[in-house]
Amino acid sequence: MSDEYENKSSYQAQSSETISGTGSGVSPDMDYVRPAENPEQDLYHAHSFIEKWVFCQDAKVIGVQYFLTAVFTGVVGLILSWLMRLQLGFPGLAGFITAEHYYQFVTMHGMIMVVYFLTALFLGGFGNYLIPLMVGARDMVFPYVNMLSFWMFFVAVAVLMASFFVPGGPTGAGWTLYPPQTILEGTPGHGWGILLMLISLSLFVIGFTMGGLNYMITILQARTRGMTLMRMPLTVWGIFTATVLAMLAFPALLVSSIMMTLDKLLGTSFFMPTILKAGEVLEYGGGSPILFQHLFWFFGHPEVYIVALPAFGIVSDLISVHARKNIFGYRMMVWAIVGIGALSFFVWAHHMYVSGMNPWFGFFFASTTLIIAVPTAMKVYNWILTLWRGNIRINTVMLWCLGFIVTFVNGGITGIFLGNVSVDVPLSDTYFVVAHFHMVMGIAPLMVIMGAIYHWFPLVAGKMLDEKLGKWHFWTTFLGAYSIYFPMHYLGFIGVPRRYYEMYDSPYMTSGVGLNEFISTAAFIVGAAQLILVFNIVKTMKTGKKAEKNPWKANSLEWFTSTVPPEHGNFGQRLPVVHRWPYDYNVPGAEEDYLPQTAAPSEVAHTEVEKT
Amino acid sequence: MSDPKIEGFELEKGFRGMAKDTGSDQTMFKGVHWGKAMMWIFLLSDTFVFSCFLIAYMKGRASTPVEWPNPSEVFALDAFGVPVPLLLIALMTFVLITSSGTMALAVKYGYERNRKMCGYLILATALGGLTFVGMQAYEWSKLIHEGVRPWENPFGAAQFGSFFFMITGFHGTHVSIGVIFLFIYCYKVFAGHYDEGKRGWFTKMKGDYVEVEILGLYWHFVDLVWVFIFAFFYLW
Repeated sequence: MSDEYENKSSYQAQSSETISGTGSGVSPDMDYVRPAENPEQDLYHAHSFIEKWVFCQDAKVIGVQYFLTAVFTGVVGLILSWLMRLQLGFPGLAGFITAEHYYQFVTMHGMIMVVYFLTALFLGGFGNYLIPLMVGARDMVFPYVNMLSFWMFFVAVAVLMASFFVPGGPTGAGWTLYPPQTILEGTPGHGWGILLMLISLSLFVIGFTMGGLNYMITILQARTRGMTLMRMPLTVWGIFTATVLAMLAFPALLVSSIMMTLDKLLGTSFFMPTILKAGEVLEYGGGSPILFQHLFWFFGHPEVYIVALPAFGIVSDLISVHARKNIFGYRMMVWAIVGIGALSFFVWAHHMYVSGMNPWFGFFFASTTLIIAVPTAMKVYNWILTLWRGNIRINTVMLWCLGFIVTFVNGGITGIFLGNVSVDVPLSDTYFVVAHFHMVMGIAPLMVIMGAIYHWFPLVAGKMLDEKLGKWHFWTTFLGAYSIYFPMHYLGFIGVPRRYYEMYDSPYMTSGVGLNEFISTAAFIVGAAQLILVFNIVKTMKTGKKAEKNPWKANSLEWFTSTVPPEHGNFGQRLPVVHRWPYDYNVPGAEEDYLPQTAAPSEVAHTEVEKT
Repeated sequence: MSDPKIEGFELEKGFRGMAKDTGSDQTMFKGVHWGKAMMWIFLLSDTFVFSCFLIAYMKGRASTPVEWPNPSEVFALDAFGVPVPLLLIALMTFVLITSSGTMALAVKYGYERNRKMCGYLILATALGGLTFVGMQAYEWSKLIHEGVRPWENPFGAAQFGSFFFMITGFHGTHVSIGVIFLFIYCYKVFAGHYDEGKRGWFTKMKGDYVEVEILGLYWHFVDLVWVFIFAFFYLW
């Protein structure tokens, strides 16, 4: 539809009749954007404190609610990791950490961080806040369902946290919850703990589905005038594709949770083979534990990209804004996101190389896994080429972005090692795996989250975070995180197995002991360093300088709201009309080094702006 | 229904039209109500749920060491002293598919603003769904009476009962939720909420007959899923 946005000279060669649509009677209207298809959205404004801040239907408030709840679970996950590192670095120092406790910490840390922290933060938090603003909508399309989505998530978190206080404690089966051991005696939390975990996961899936429908329909059906899919910021593309993945992958988690709940409660044997315990045959028999692994990883692998794709999208926008340069290869970036998303459904069994499945099956999954490296590498090249000869501002946001690229490349390369069956088999279940996935889907997305906090805080709170404290925060976190995970690769190579409570006098631990102490110390420091951010936020809210409108001079619509922070309805009387992509930085001939998405072609006709 | 009219945008047919819609601004599915698009995507997600159940069932059935019971014997019903295989299931399927027909008619009359016909047809659909759930309850109690349990059964592999109760139970829950909503919508249609655009009790959004169509989509989906369950569980 955008042929009429050709530059001025070629446009004037045509007569005005060739332009479709109406309203061109007065002048050849190069700024013409066809009228709105959707009627003005019917918004329900809050009438009371509870409607405004608790059961709120405004996507921005819901986003902040999601964000805070997810951060709360993240802090719990962080404390659990401290306890684990305390045991690993200094065995026996904290007497209260028994082997059972240790396994419970491992399990809860994993599940909390992957599902309740990262997924909820990216999709529920950033998704809710940014999607309507970035596509130019007044709100999500179903505000009531959106509100229910958050409260379902809240209940899921409450149920999960309740499992710390039930008899037997939370489940200690590892975050993968592999049967049959998960629900059998001998595994910590095999009673109430696992039950609450499964219920909580089911609630999370139901809650997420309600939110996910909102994100998808808002992006597909409620964009503002002129906003084509290929003019959306990559943040929206990342969140959109991740939501599609979640809508198709979470069903497998829901089904496996239901089936395991029945195994636990009713004594069915979906996943339970014949089991001998102390010489006696248990009631179970005839089920398939491998079936659970397939179902779990059909969810579990897309889940990795549910976390990664929003991070890819957000970091692309941050790099472009703070390097004052258009994103290199926008369309390639979009197709890479979509391609990675599609491929992620065909790689799940690379988590199961040692499960005893047919080696040819493993060969197939190794191939698909390595193919994913192609679009992923394209993205990394594009980030670097965006930076290349850009007008880079080395501020806190940019530092986090650079930190992301480094950690992501690091974690991605170890992923190529582990994707090969023959290399994976000896490395399987060692600290090499722990190092790999923490680098690629722990630290890397976390870097993006931090960058995004520093970037969008002025929009959400109306105040600029302190740069000096931000840089301290970045360098301690970045160097500290590397000190934690880089040595773990070595631990993996010398064969230290993961998930072990204590190594005792294993021969390879001579060189591992000092390393473990070092890693643990670094972990304590990095965890504590996050208090810098808390302090920064508190200080900024009290004394920080007020943010001007659009402080980073960005192009995308979220910075062009009627008020800062945006009010309910986002854009005041009139919705913005979009004429270009959000990456027109340093356009030759333009007065400013940025052209907002709303800049009409007639305003910028004298510049060398490209058609997008 | 005829194609919607979009101001300033010419709709085209076929693949070209689809590409053009996708590349355009504002909406991808031209003239499609938000709620309708939402229901389609929800149903896609729900398809994955049922697919996972059915694939798990196939895997379970293929790998169990004990022989699978013969469904045409287990699900036979005595009619006038003769055991007829799948009699009850055939009736259930007939009732459910018929209710899909009445639902489709209800949507048609809704758009024609024929409040009475629309309401009666939704009521008929709801009663059809209720009959289905009732017959399913009868089937469950009959099987339980014969000793089939989620964890064991006298006919063969224990997983038979496990998968049977889980999958038909999950589908039956879908039908029951549908029936509840059908009754609510039936009331709203008769009370004229969709004619006057009365705001919803919870969502505070204006009512419209498109809601009947959205519920219809859900209802047809539930029927379609039943066809697959019927094929894989009873005919295999």
